Amino acid sequence: MLEIKNLHVQLEEEDKKILKGVNLSLEAGKVHAIMGPNGSGKSTLSYVLSGKKGYEVTAGSAHLEGNDLLAMAPEERAAAGLFLAFQYPVEIPGVGNMTFLRSAVNSQQKLRGEPEMTAGDFLKAVRAQAKNLKIESDMLKRPVNVGFSGGEKKRNEILQMAMLQPKMCILDETDSGLDVDAMKLVSQGVNALRDGNRTFLVITHYQRLLDHIKPDIVHIMAAGKIIKSGGPELALEVEKNGYANLLEETA
Amino acid sequence: MACSSSTDLAKKLCLDESLWANSGQWIKNARQSAAKRVEDQGLPKRRDEYWNYTRPDAFLQKELDFDVVSNQSFDIFSNNLSTVINYEDGVLKEKLLPVISGCSIESLQDAAKLDDHWAGAVYGVPEAAGQDPVKRSLAALNTATASQGLLLLVSGKVKNPIKISAVSNGSIDSTIHHIVKVEAGAEVTLIETGQYGARANVVLEVEVEKNGSFHHIRVQDGQQHNSLTHIFGRLGPNSTFKSFTLSVGGTITRNECILELVGDTSSATVAGACIGDDKFHHDDTVFVTHGAPNCESRQVFKKVLRDGAVGVFQGKILVKEGAQKTDGYQISQSLLLDDNCQFLAKPELEIYADDVVCSHGSTSGAIDEEALFYLRSRGVPKTKAIDLLTLSFIAESIEEVENSELADALLRYLTAFLEVR
Repeated sequence: MLEIKNLHVQLEEEDKKILKGVNLSLEAGKVHAIMGPNGSGKSTLSYVLSGKKGYEVTAGSAHLEGNDLLAMAPEERAAAGLFLAFQYPVEIPGVGNMTFLRSAVNSQQKLRGEPEMTAGDFLKAVRAQAKNLKIESDMLKRPVNVGFSGGEKKRNEILQMAMLQPKMCILDETDSGLDVDAMKLVSQGVNALRDGNRTFLVITHYQRLLDHIKPDIVHIMAAGKIIKSGGPELALEVEKNGYANLLEETA
Repeated sequence: MACSSSTDLAKKLCLDESLWANSGQWIKNARQSAAKRVEDQGLPKRRDEYWNYTRPDAFLQKELDFDVVSNQSFDIFSNNLSTVINYEDGVLKEKLLPVISGCSIESLQDAAKLDDHWAGAVYGVPEAAGQDPVKRSLAALNTATASQGLLLLVSGKVKNPIKISAVSNGSIDSTIHHIVKVEAGAEVTLIETGQYGARANVVLEVEVEKNGSFHHIRVQDGQQHNSLTHIFGRLGPNSTFKSFTLSVGGTITRNECILELVGDTSSATVAGACIGDDKFHHDDTVFVTHGAPNCESRQVFKKVLRDGAVGVFQGKILVKEGAQKTDGYQISQSLLLDDNCQFLAKPELEIYADDVVCSHGSTSGAIDEEALFYLRSRGVPKTKAIDLLTLSFIAESIEEVENSELADALLRYLTAFLEVR
């Protein structure tokens, strides 16, 4: 599904290398987790894949189902099936959540050359998904993320994911700022989208999210590289011993 | 309006019998004293500080520097119930004015034939008071020469908005003078859409008595036209005044709003939003005087500028001695969509009371890159994402419109406007 080869990235504004040769191969239907200490480049990886400004790819490639992601505009990547659940979802005053969702869904369908969803079908779909995520209709009417609690913002991200039906989902520290109940709810939302074909890349600091969203493969990232990959037991090891041992091992 | 010097002009006005023929005494008096104001004060000049950012020539010179076109207006509020009064080329189109409950509607030209009229106590009065401390001679000129306008005497709670719908097919100059008197406890919403002429000088004088409420929503669209508007408002005790203007067309526009809060616990809001490109020059000049304690006033202005457009904001809050517990707020913001446009802001506070809260702010900024990326990452193309963020920027000023149906209509119109822009 997603093939990342030897990805080197630095900041555009300053000469600071962040990713130093990332290799990842994510097969369709799998859940991969990336863990790593602060500043290891996890979030940068998610931004570069989704096309945020400010980063320069100096070497390497990233392909989604064979399509060169790095050559596409962010909206084209989204239409190609990529979705990033933000660590800090952005507030957009004055634009209703529903209006925003509708433009996103319509825009993607248009970019893919598919017929637009009718207003009725759209409404039905949103209501069903919102119900699963315990999102009140009031939250759909309010401006995007404005006045939402931390938990509401993250649930709103998952709602967007559910509506957009992406092939490849990246979750950037979705557990940050969530209490236990909210984390369960969000995890349920993510798990409901696991269908054997959809692929997930879950970025997190903590094992506890992975109790709810069970990964197939866990990668440890440090200093801009994947330093170790393994099964779910790798996450447990990190939880128990921290990153120090792993860093020493590979040093 | 074209005259070699202001003194000549004023003299001409005073001597021009045709202006006064068949006029009643009340309007003769008002016009004569206004003509005297013009003569005494002179017309604005480019070096006047108050005209530093907008050239008064646009409203004074003989020739317009653009072709006069027919300006079609899109009726934003067509779905909202209202009492409609049409103007074409600055002239009232209605043979009979609507008769509605709670408000008498008369035309200035009819009322001017009478010797005595209630409007005599209002016509030109707030305008004359508004000449101090800043001279606004073009408003006095309007008072002296206007022959078209509506006189609204509001005595009850008027249910549906009264809508003035103006179209211009190519008339050069229009001078319009409306009067609204809201009696104690009465309420009215006045909507103005379109433009009165290729060049219009419009004055709206509003007197709101105790517990009265006046809401004003104005849409300035169409293509090329120069508009100079003045709103003079006088607010009695516990009264409410709210005015919102959306400008999405025009060449040079200067909207002045001069309010005086003379009664305790009165509340005033002046808000506006504009979007423009190229030769679009939009000036909001506001002067709010707090002359009584426990009053609040808000000024909220948003300007979206692109491709050489210029936005101007001159906003002042004057708190007089004794106007304690004043709550004054002022914000002016611009969204600059490229590097070619400019926003010139002059916020001013002048306070002579010691127990007041007054805050003001002014910002200029580009599109928020974080928000732009967020929208694009969801599949919204860049141009559409910029439109959504533009709408988001303007929405805060539309929130000042109390009637949610009208606010929704404004948002719907803006969404459609941005799509075809």
